[in-house]
Amino acid sequence: MNRPAAATRGYMRPMQGWWRRDPFFVRYMAREATALAVLCYSVILAVGVVRLAQGEAAWNAWLQALRSPFAVLLHVVLLGAMVIHAQSWFEIMPKTMPAMFIRGKRVAQSTIMRVGWAAAGVSTVLLVAIAWWLK
Amino acid sequence: MMRRSNAPIFWLLFGAGGMLAALCGTALVFLTGIAAPLDWPLGPQLMSYRHMLAFSQHWLGKGFIFAVIMLFAWHAVHRIYHSLHDVGVPAGMPARLACYGVATLISIVAAVGLLAVGF
Repeated sequence: MNRPAAATRGYMRPMQGWWRRDPFFVRYMAREATALAVLCYSVILAVGVVRLAQGEAAWNAWLQALRSPFAVLLHVVLLGAMVIHAQSWFEIMPKTMPAMFIRGKRVAQSTIMRVGWAAAGVSTVLLVAIAWWLK
Repeated sequence: MMRRSNAPIFWLLFGAGGMLAALCGTALVFLTGIAAPLDWPLGPQLMSYRHMLAFSQHWLGKGFIFAVIMLFAWHAVHRIYHSLHDVGVPAGMPARLACYGVATLISIVAAVGLLAVGF
């Protein structure tokens, strides 16, 4: 881009595909890619809300669209991404939150992580149970 | 006096959305994207028009749907904005406006839709 500056700086290491160089970076990018899945799911739901407001025919058309093999496959991918998101969210939580103390002893990072995963498990079961009860 | 930063607002939306997605995302994708379209394992009435209309007209259901769509969107664009540098896109005001603009648009669409559904 900036030719004179590049010329004076000499060799510049190419950054193309930098994240494929190390498994740690690949995992980092996989985690960051789950943000795209969360955005995609948010858009799908927003479209669903609009279709619901348009009446029964529009809603059924939206449901029919969700039945296409592509849509089901997409949701399987989204499901995997949500699991990765939940796993990494609680993996990172002990590093981002202020240190927690119980009776003068610092709560271990692994404890915070496991409590988070347990909470995610409980709320998943709870949501499916509520859906079962409401249907 | 130093001007107050607006970063905490976006960070709060990111945090709330991330927590909601971590707790509910997996179950929601399963329910709306796999169980409902395949009529399995919760039967064909799970997301019937009558059911979803009643759910979205109740204040609790309406609030939940709005929170999920709005917070997921703000969480996602915040992270996408901060990942842009990693894929070689400069993170400046145009990128910021594009990212947070998308989240604003999704929130408005969801709010308008949920209001149009009625109470």
